[in-house]
Amino acid sequence: MTIRGADKNKCHCSVKIINLGVVRGGHRILKDISFSVKHSEIMALVGKNGAGKTTILKSIINTVPHTGRVEFFNSDGKMILSPQIGYVPQKLSFERDTPITVLDLFCTNSTRFPIWMGHSEKRKQRAYEILSKVGAQDQINKKIGRLSGGELQRVMLAFALEPMPDILLLDEPVSAIDKTGVTIFYKLITEMREEFHMPVIMVSHDFDQVSKYATSYALIDGTLVETGKASEMTKSPKVRKTFGISLDTGGF
Amino acid sequence: MGAIYKFMESILPFSWIHFNFMKNALIAIILISPLFGLIGTMIVNNKMSFFSDALGHSALTGIAIGVVLGIGNYMISMLLFAILFALAISGVIQSNVSSPDTVIGVFSSMGVALGIVILSIKGGFSKYSGYLIGDILSITPKELLTLAVTLVLILILWSLCFNKLMLSSLNSDLALSRQINVKLYKNIFVLIIALIVTVSIKWVGMLIINSLLVIPAASAKNVANDMKSYHIFSVLFSVISGLSGLILSYYIGTSAGATIVLISATIFLFTFLSKKAGNGKA
Repeated sequence: MTIRGADKNKCHCSVKIINLGVVRGGHRILKDISFSVKHSEIMALVGKNGAGKTTILKSIINTVPHTGRVEFFNSDGKMILSPQIGYVPQKLSFERDTPITVLDLFCTNSTRFPIWMGHSEKRKQRAYEILSKVGAQDQINKKIGRLSGGELQRVMLAFALEPMPDILLLDEPVSAIDKTGVTIFYKLITEMREEFHMPVIMVSHDFDQVSKYATSYALIDGTLVETGKASEMTKSPKVRKTFGISLDTGGF
Repeated sequence: MGAIYKFMESILPFSWIHFNFMKNALIAIILISPLFGLIGTMIVNNKMSFFSDALGHSALTGIAIGVVLGIGNYMISMLLFAILFALAISGVIQSNVSSPDTVIGVFSSMGVALGIVILSIKGGFSKYSGYLIGDILSITPKELLTLAVTLVLILILWSLCFNKLMLSSLNSDLALSRQINVKLYKNIFVLIIALIVTVSIKWVGMLIINSLLVIPAASAKNVANDMKSYHIFSVLFSVISGLSGLILSYYIGTSAGATIVLISATIFLFTFLSKKAGNGKA
């Protein structure tokens, strides 16, 4: 449910990750991960490649076998047993020339009516409304293979917002997509975080974006190394050590 | 059936329509080809054309098993073996030991070889060689009915599953995050391919069945702008090549199935050139 202008002091929606652990092929990939993210917070998961950031997201979606628990709470603080998860994946697997439009993509999830038979006016309108939220309404009839990286990411964000999720998970593409697109994307997330009842967890590779748009960070390296305010992330010795940044250069 | 025959004779002013075998073949084409066009798009999207090819090849072993077990209706043994074969391929691919094309290649050749070995034990393989190229002209009204019922079932199942299957093929984690049972839908897809291959292989033939599944969809992909036009073109190309191939084969005395494939390939060539020309302009 969408409640505009939700008061963050009254809203108790949150997600709690408790003792999360993942073993794959006999190797322990993650252990003892515990943190919680509340309403209007954007938690950025940072860490080197292979540190287990994406695996955390996949455990929340429940697509990898894991130990520990992930608990979701609604705005009244009651536990949600079957949460709606909004997920913006790193990439889609399709050939660029596949004739699937943004509208087609939207309708795969919003209706059982087979998309090859076309779309009702009502569905078109609904897709247009949601795409307008992320400024992507003009892309509605474009093939998804024709979108730029940033455009596709915004379309996927709109896709994740229908139906309104209890949590938003963002997996940023490793390869840098267009800078302007990414900035628009993060601005959108920031605007939305207060407006909707949902915590946000994102995997990011861009320190600039994290310190600008996230509220907190979690440094991951097979386990939770530390958490802190995103604005102070670059000052953390552990973060600097992980990414091999010397203490005296000051910046990134 | 008599009424359908009369109706066909009254609307089609051709000499060949007076032969019942041509009328039956025409009905069969009208039944099979739209569905081939429809399902072909997902096979092309998921890059599964070798997979469906291998399933076609497995039919030979299916028949062989039917012969050995003394099952009168090979359809049952073909279908059961094709499903088993498909699940085995998926299982081996998921183990990540070899690349998918290698796994499919091995299974595909094994499917053919095993079938030939079993069927040729008593030197009687020629009896079954009809399955290689198929003979749509030999279809009987009773078989047409079985075909029609199966195809309607496939169409219903296909329509119910399509959106979820599409989302699963774009990103399985995304589909899973929407509580879609990706594994189940992929298995249903495999089952549908096995079913359509099995019920039509006797008429279409093992060697060309996959071309009929893949080429119309591949041609449609060259010219379509969205999912609706993709499917309309695919079905249209499939029906046009089916009908014209059948009629042409009557006049020039060639195998119907192979003639259909050639027409379908010609359509592909045209769509390919038109896409290339379009890309050049852009």
